[in-house]
Amino acid sequence: MAERRAQRVKAEEELPVYLARPGTADQVPRQKRGGLFCSVEDAFDSKTIDFDALSVGQRGSRTPRTVKREAGQGETGSPAGAESPAGNDAHKVQICSSGGKETLQNLEDEKSDRLLIKGGRIVNDDQSFHADIYMEDGLIKQIGDNLIVPGGVKTIEANGKMVIPGGIDIHTHFQMPYRGTTTVDDFAQGSKAALAGGTTMIVDHVIPEPGSSLLEAYDQWRQWADEKACCDYSLHVDVTHWDDSVKQELDNLIKEKGVNSFQVYMAYKDYYQMSNSELYEVFTFLAERGGIAQIHAENGEIIAKEQGRMLQMGITGPEGHVLSRPEELEAEAVFRAVTIASQTNCPLYVTRVMSKSAADIISQARKKGNVVFGEPITASLGTDGTHYWSKNWAKAASFVTSPPLSPDPTTPDYLNTLLASGDLSVTGSAHCTFSVAQKAIGKDDFTQIPEGVNGVEERMVLIWDKAVTTGKMDENMFVAVTSTNAAKILNLYPRKGRIAVGSDADLVIWDTDAVRTITAKTHNSAAEYNVFEGMELRGAPLVVICQGKIVLEDGNLHVTCGVGRFIPCPPFPDFAYKRIKARKQLAVLRAVPRGMYDGPVSEFSMSRGGTPSASARTSPTKQPVRNLHQSGFSLAGPPTPEDAPIRPPGRRIVVPPGGRSNITSLS
Amino acid sequence: MSGYQGKKNIPRITSDRLLIKGAKIVNDDQSFYADIYMEDGVIKQIGENLIVPGGVKTIDAHGRMLLPGGIDVHTRFQMPDRGMTAADDFYQGTKAALAGGTTMIIDHVVPEPGVSLMSAFEQWREWADGKSCCDYSLHVDITEWHKGIQEEMETLVKDHGVNSFLVYLAYKDIFQLTDAQVYEVFSVIRDLGAIAQVHAENGDIVAEEQRRILEQGITGPEGHVLSHPEEVEAEAVNRAVTVANQTNCPLYVTKVMSKSAADVIAQARKKGTVVYGEPITASLGTDGSHYWSKNWAKAAAFVTSPPLSPDPATPDYLNSLLSCGDLQVTGSAHCPFNTAQRAVGKDDFTLIPEGVNGTEERMSIIWDKCVVTGKMDENQFVAVTSTNAAKIFNLYPRKGRIAVGSDADLVLWDPDVTKIISAKSHNSTVEYNIFEGLEVRGGPLVVISQGKIVLEEGTLHATEGSGRFVARKPFPDYVYKRIKARSRLAELRGVPRGLYDGPVCEVSVTPKTMTPVSSAKTSPAKQPSQPVRNLHQSGFSLSGHTGAQIDDNVPRRNTQRIVAPPGGRANITSLG
Repeated sequence: MAERRAQRVKAEEELPVYLARPGTADQVPRQKRGGLFCSVEDAFDSKTIDFDALSVGQRGSRTPRTVKREAGQGETGSPAGAESPAGNDAHKVQICSSGGKETLQNLEDEKSDRLLIKGGRIVNDDQSFHADIYMEDGLIKQIGDNLIVPGGVKTIEANGKMVIPGGIDIHTHFQMPYRGTTTVDDFAQGSKAALAGGTTMIVDHVIPEPGSSLLEAYDQWRQWADEKACCDYSLHVDVTHWDDSVKQELDNLIKEKGVNSFQVYMAYKDYYQMSNSELYEVFTFLAERGGIAQIHAENGEIIAKEQGRMLQMGITGPEGHVLSRPEELEAEAVFRAVTIASQTNCPLYVTRVMSKSAADIISQARKKGNVVFGEPITASLGTDGTHYWSKNWAKAASFVTSPPLSPDPTTPDYLNTLLASGDLSVTGSAHCTFSVAQKAIGKDDFTQIPEGVNGVEERMVLIWDKAVTTGKMDENMFVAVTSTNAAKILNLYPRKGRIAVGSDADLVIWDTDAVRTITAKTHNSAAEYNVFEGMELRGAPLVVICQGKIVLEDGNLHVTCGVGRFIPCPPFPDFAYKRIKARKQLAVLRAVPRGMYDGPVSEFSMSRGGTPSASARTSPTKQPVRNLHQSGFSLAGPPTPEDAPIRPPGRRIVVPPGGRSNITSLS
Repeated sequence: MSGYQGKKNIPRITSDRLLIKGAKIVNDDQSFYADIYMEDGVIKQIGENLIVPGGVKTIDAHGRMLLPGGIDVHTRFQMPDRGMTAADDFYQGTKAALAGGTTMIIDHVVPEPGVSLMSAFEQWREWADGKSCCDYSLHVDITEWHKGIQEEMETLVKDHGVNSFLVYLAYKDIFQLTDAQVYEVFSVIRDLGAIAQVHAENGDIVAEEQRRILEQGITGPEGHVLSHPEEVEAEAVNRAVTVANQTNCPLYVTKVMSKSAADVIAQARKKGTVVYGEPITASLGTDGSHYWSKNWAKAAAFVTSPPLSPDPATPDYLNSLLSCGDLQVTGSAHCPFNTAQRAVGKDDFTLIPEGVNGTEERMSIIWDKCVVTGKMDENQFVAVTSTNAAKIFNLYPRKGRIAVGSDADLVLWDPDVTKIISAKSHNSTVEYNIFEGLEVRGGPLVVISQGKIVLEEGTLHATEGSGRFVARKPFPDYVYKRIKARSRLAELRGVPRGLYDGPVCEVSVTPKTMTPVSSAKTSPAKQPSQPVRNLHQSGFSLSGHTGAQIDDNVPRRNTQRIVAPPGGRANITSLG
């Protein structure tokens, strides 16, 4: 055993780092062939293009903390090539070399809210260009070359490195109460982890207990977050029940409290779940008020049945979680949500896209013209659901989230591709971590395991590694999916999500070459497990600037609890509502003007099952029909103009005869 | 055309012995020329130079095609609706069916919620036995769900020859079942070996849309189609497919009316789901633009659910899918109401009784739209009008095939005859025919039902009450071979793990009380990897050192089968 390992290591030493084979850490590398994960050898080949296999360098998962690694580096790391990452110390070197760094640290005085980034390459979602950035009071004041700035300003020499808008994590659950306990990451811990990963704004979900007031829950979350958040934040509110008072509260939240997105659940039967009719009403309501309907898409009814079946069969471990929530149920619910949203002409946002089939439905709906956004999360982009079968209960349980990670190992790659092509629009983390002891609530019954995975810290790096270094997307698209699109959907653009004069000074200087290994030992979350354990990722934030202040440099975090501000999101975001508004104008239904029907009318009983009365069954009436109608058409009439669908030319009808199925549906 | 070997014989006496000479026999797999001799309603011999008793009535086919009689898998004759009854009863309806070349119908028993399935079934049997002119069988609709229904279903399957049950995803607050109920019904159906049929429309959305449309002042029949958009149909089909997949139950979608619903079925079949789609005469022959007709009575005659699609390309599309096998069987959903009955909904389209005609026109329309246009050949025509239906509902080869021993239900088909469909000449009792004025090529020349000639030279000789109830056995091979194989595979196993003996959070049962117990919130635990070690008997540590890796990579023992194997499911047949 040990010998074999030694041999392997030796073999690897002879290879350049980026050609090294996977094999040492425990999660990422899996046998692709012949292992139990492959039912059939090559079964997945040439179904999706495996971009990972075509690129080099990022699959290696050698742990840099081992001594051998250090040794190997001496031989392999060609010092000149910027392409071969030199491990952890590389990014220190890089930043040290960027001049002005020392002064920057010495100038820890009252001037620190004035900041100049020199020589950076500014990357927005539309273009990249070289310019200096000067910011003051948390705002970007000037962009350009040879800026005239006050003296004594702190300067960061970026040396041509990328400067990107800070990430926006559009989906977190910090400090979420769960049956008397709370997730281990509160707003302080969570937003700290966010900043460490290059995310400078988070959007958390307010989850009121069913039956309780939305406003109270909102105030509660505001209080928690205002006390502790280290970065700017905003809130989604989950609608967990539906009645008239909720309507009023929604109205209030939209108009006065700065919330424009509301999540409804199609899962969690008898708890959060809403019926189709309720969804229809919520969507209609939101469409009128300019809100975004977010949806947790899973068919709760069938899940409840399947859970019962699993437990009956004696499956109580975390594998039961994924077995009782097959990906079809996710896809089915997405399909249904899309249908309802399109009926109500409401923009739809699908949170947590975890499976290929759900993503496919979203991209199909977008092709048909529906206004729908899909949010894959860090976990679904980075790992898969094979770990539910881990023999280590605590490890398996740490992956439990809903919808579950797909057991299909090609899923992350597929989702990354759709993200790159724009079929999926934004990324969140759904960061909602529980300690092992908390997860152990469900040690004898998987339905009791509290759900949630980590990901807020890993999000940006993971997407960079999986999508940009593999060539699926470019740096501009990277900015779009990690930040800009989210800002647009929340109606915060261009304040957030863009580097422009007047925007908030939330910036990240990105190191494309840094390589580091994710592990629970070094992460900033309080959870004991990290679902990405052992993954070696390329790309990392070098400097993170939040509200115009440096919060991360040299790997050191300088965060202050409570500095995070609540950012109100106005309703009717253009990004979603421009199309909706145009369609609303078109979607006027008109009745067909007809003469009054004055022929005989059968009697009928509204209470079903009455006496058959006056039905014309006894006399096959052929005659009386003629001349029944003022319009004067006769029944078996010669094919007169009547056969052409009759519409006065001036009228618009939403579903014109001959429309609908292959064009954008406009209702 | 048809003559008698001995001219002196009186036709009626020997009419149960029949010889057809020189016919091109068309089955779903092949066509060949042969003579065919039948007696007592059963085909006795097929071949050339048959030795037959003297004095047999002989039809000389002159090389014309002889097809198995059509099977109309979906009719609603004499259906009660709010005190009214569908205009065609079993006599009128089966007569119309025979006139169109259909020699067997399968009708739907629709029990009012609260009425037992058995008594409704008996009621329908009584109606049909008294009036039906051709063989028939019955589907039973499940309009509510409780324990008693399950027992009745069992009785129906075991003792009464019913092997298909329809559930409704539409008609909110009347027939509609919830997803959870549908799941249970499907599980029961699978165990009984029956077919789950589904009326696929999202009733919740339809109800909301109806309300909205009425609010806007749209009360005419166009409101019907506006409130039943085709997306809502496709959504429900998708949901039904999902539930059927979960329960490993064969699914049969009645009334496929729109492109998108048909697409969902085609996709599901590609993924391996056992699902069948039934377009109806109306969706294959006409479209929903007529809902906008200024003639209220005409517009109302098209009202059915799901509605005809307003997209005029739909019939063509559905015919193509039927030809390529993505849709398998055709029905008519024949359930016409006359204008006075429709007028119940003259001020509110939601009250218009639903149903269109089509049992008489079915064969001719498919011939005209598919075979004449070259979409399918004559064999596929036999498959979609007769054989597939017989296979799915376990009537094969008694019905749906011309073979020795099969029932003598035959149609001598004339591919060249043209006919203009009109309410003036049709056999239904209603005043409107939704195919009014449509000129179709191809029609039955002679129809033989139970070995007797019922249509000859344009004249019908139907006998009221001669139709027999045909019992159907459960577990049709065509459907259940795959289902059975999958249930054998679909065993789930848990992962054997050591007992978790680490700390467990306390949980308050009432979720409202906020007492954070032992959450690690106060100490941003950087060390917790320590306590985690040795928590588990399996001895794996968290951040994978050497020991953990090997086994972690191989989380299952070789001998175990798991239904959703990591790496399975998404693109192969799902076996759950």
